[in-house]
Amino acid sequence: MITHHIMNEPKKITLREALRDAMAEEMRRDSKVFLMGEEVGYYQGAYKVSQGLIDEFGPNRIVDTPITEHGFTGLAVGAAFGGLKPIVEFMTFNFSMQAIDHIINSASKTLYMSGGQIQCPIVFRGPNGAASRVGAQHSQCYASWYAHCPGLKVVAPYSAEDAKGLLKAAIRDPNPVIFLENELLYGKSFDISDDPDLIVPIGKAKVVREGKDVTITAFSLMVEHALHAAEILAKDNISVEVVDLRTIRPLDVDTIVQSVKKTSRLVSLEEGWPFAGIGSEMSALMMEHAFDYLDAPVIRVTGKDVPLPYAANLEKLALPQIDDIINAVKSVCYSEMTLD
Amino acid sequence: MRNVKSMAKSTPPIQDTPSTLKDKAHMLNLYKDMLLIRRFEERSAQLYGMGLIGGFCHLYIGQEAIVVGLQSVMQEGDSVITSYRDHGHMLACGMDPKRVMAELTGRRDGYSKGKGGSMHMFSIEKRFYGGHGIVGAQVPIGTGLAFSYKYNNEKNVCVTYMGDGAVNQGQVYEAFNMAALWKLPVLYIIENNQYGMGTSVKRAAAGATLCERGQPYGIPGVRVDGMNIMEVQEQGKKALDHIRAGKGPYILEMMTYRYRGHSMSDPAKYRSKEEVSVWKDERDPIEHLKNYILAEQIAIQDDFTHIEKDLKVLMQEVVDFAQNSPEPDVDELYTDILTHDHASHNE
Repeated sequence: MITHHIMNEPKKITLREALRDAMAEEMRRDSKVFLMGEEVGYYQGAYKVSQGLIDEFGPNRIVDTPITEHGFTGLAVGAAFGGLKPIVEFMTFNFSMQAIDHIINSASKTLYMSGGQIQCPIVFRGPNGAASRVGAQHSQCYASWYAHCPGLKVVAPYSAEDAKGLLKAAIRDPNPVIFLENELLYGKSFDISDDPDLIVPIGKAKVVREGKDVTITAFSLMVEHALHAAEILAKDNISVEVVDLRTIRPLDVDTIVQSVKKTSRLVSLEEGWPFAGIGSEMSALMMEHAFDYLDAPVIRVTGKDVPLPYAANLEKLALPQIDDIINAVKSVCYSEMTLD
Repeated sequence: MRNVKSMAKSTPPIQDTPSTLKDKAHMLNLYKDMLLIRRFEERSAQLYGMGLIGGFCHLYIGQEAIVVGLQSVMQEGDSVITSYRDHGHMLACGMDPKRVMAELTGRRDGYSKGKGGSMHMFSIEKRFYGGHGIVGAQVPIGTGLAFSYKYNNEKNVCVTYMGDGAVNQGQVYEAFNMAALWKLPVLYIIENNQYGMGTSVKRAAAGATLCERGQPYGIPGVRVDGMNIMEVQEQGKKALDHIRAGKGPYILEMMTYRYRGHSMSDPAKYRSKEEVSVWKDERDPIEHLKNYILAEQIAIQDDFTHIEKDLKVLMQEVVDFAQNSPEPDVDELYTDILTHDHASHNE
């Protein structure tokens, strides 16, 4: 009885472990699923996400590759054409630029170009965005890059439970899925349900904090920033609703519009660059779907329009900070702020 | 008259090369399959000229012995992948010429419902995996198909074609490396038709012996007369035996020539008429096989006349079909972008 009781309690798990458990569970369930990438096997993962997997599944299913992103991505796409379900780990998504031709031209377009004959069930996953002090070439957000392309799904979870549930959904999905993680979240502990059938459907956003004055949309690490900002703004009597997008493509427009109908204000938060970013899309969508409900223009809080600098002070300036979010929220609430 | 299906059917695998070299049905089948490609491509050029085929259209005329020869020594379950000069490969795989032509004309009965075009066609049933428009991209993909065969303990081989232009792409060597490292069942065919678009191999490739490009990875490579179908068969069979024995990948460099320009818009002014006529008039692969068959008295001139006549009838049917098939339904614009089908993954 005691054991049963404990099993029903939410347990703590790091996001890193949640990702590993998702892969392990899906690999146990389906022999066609395999993981390939640099250092995923004997090294146990460059960021230890695949820790222990080679011991359970062996080197035929946990495949250490040479440092050859263009080649192994194309190879994995071929394996998917051949009936397998590859999970491709990019040590970071920055390196996926070496392979972007296969992700877009080979993985995302072949279903269409073949008149629906050739499926490409494949997951591309790895850390995305800025880590800490690693400079411009290792610190870029690919959400808007990949979300631009029909034929791809793009997922960017924040919590461990969403990461696990969405990764399992991505592995089972018959389409190519870009799964954006964040290195700074890998070691963070979250409560997670012990439901063995945990699946979080792709394409559903989640209201992670309810509020009535302003909606902030965010994804991945920026959800944490949004929640911090909301906490501080509550002290100024500004009630912030935070929507964790979770999936970037297909975007859950309904949930965002419902929230904006309630709050009439939207701040879009992301780590990536402003030009043609997720915030630009958010802004356009609000014009199309919620124009009559808006009491203020949509504001974008984004990374600055610069390659990410190395120096600590400049790096901080370049990335969205809590104060940037607070200022944006206050600026869209100008009418209410005058009530104080 | 033979029906369309049997005309399009690829030649059955041969087991014993010396005896089949005297087998009338077998040898005439090879001839017929090559001539089918030649006549198909001639009609493609016509339809292109009439504006019925749009965009890019890369003809295979001159290179027919390669795909027909290799297909004849492959086994059931082996697959083919190539670049955008793909009409010949599809016909050799046994794909229906009517549906290939209907794809060229962008019609709903095409292999990709008209949404792929000349460069993007597929048939899982016939084990043809495209039809890829990015030079060299098919090489890692073909290597990945081979990876799936090894993963599943299947004895299949993926025959991965590329042109002499593709061999200068970096991803080709990334694929060679992994194929050799993991002993993947992949046969790389370099179709060296002497020109990557308008740039000759001499001007594009340092070290002109392309079959040696796998040497640093320990991949055996052999240069083959790609205008001689019997040599293609012989070397193809050797290579496939090597791969099927679990010894890993193999490279064959097929020396060949495309008679037409790179695509329909290329008048091919970068080479002399004399150069073209040497290949066309003296080394043509179809004439070569015909001469062999006649010299060895395997068949008579009447047999060739029948084949030519049958193909003429077939080609008219192909063209009529491709012209009369309707354009895709406008609703097709938004289909096949994502699939909801979890059950039938590429089976």
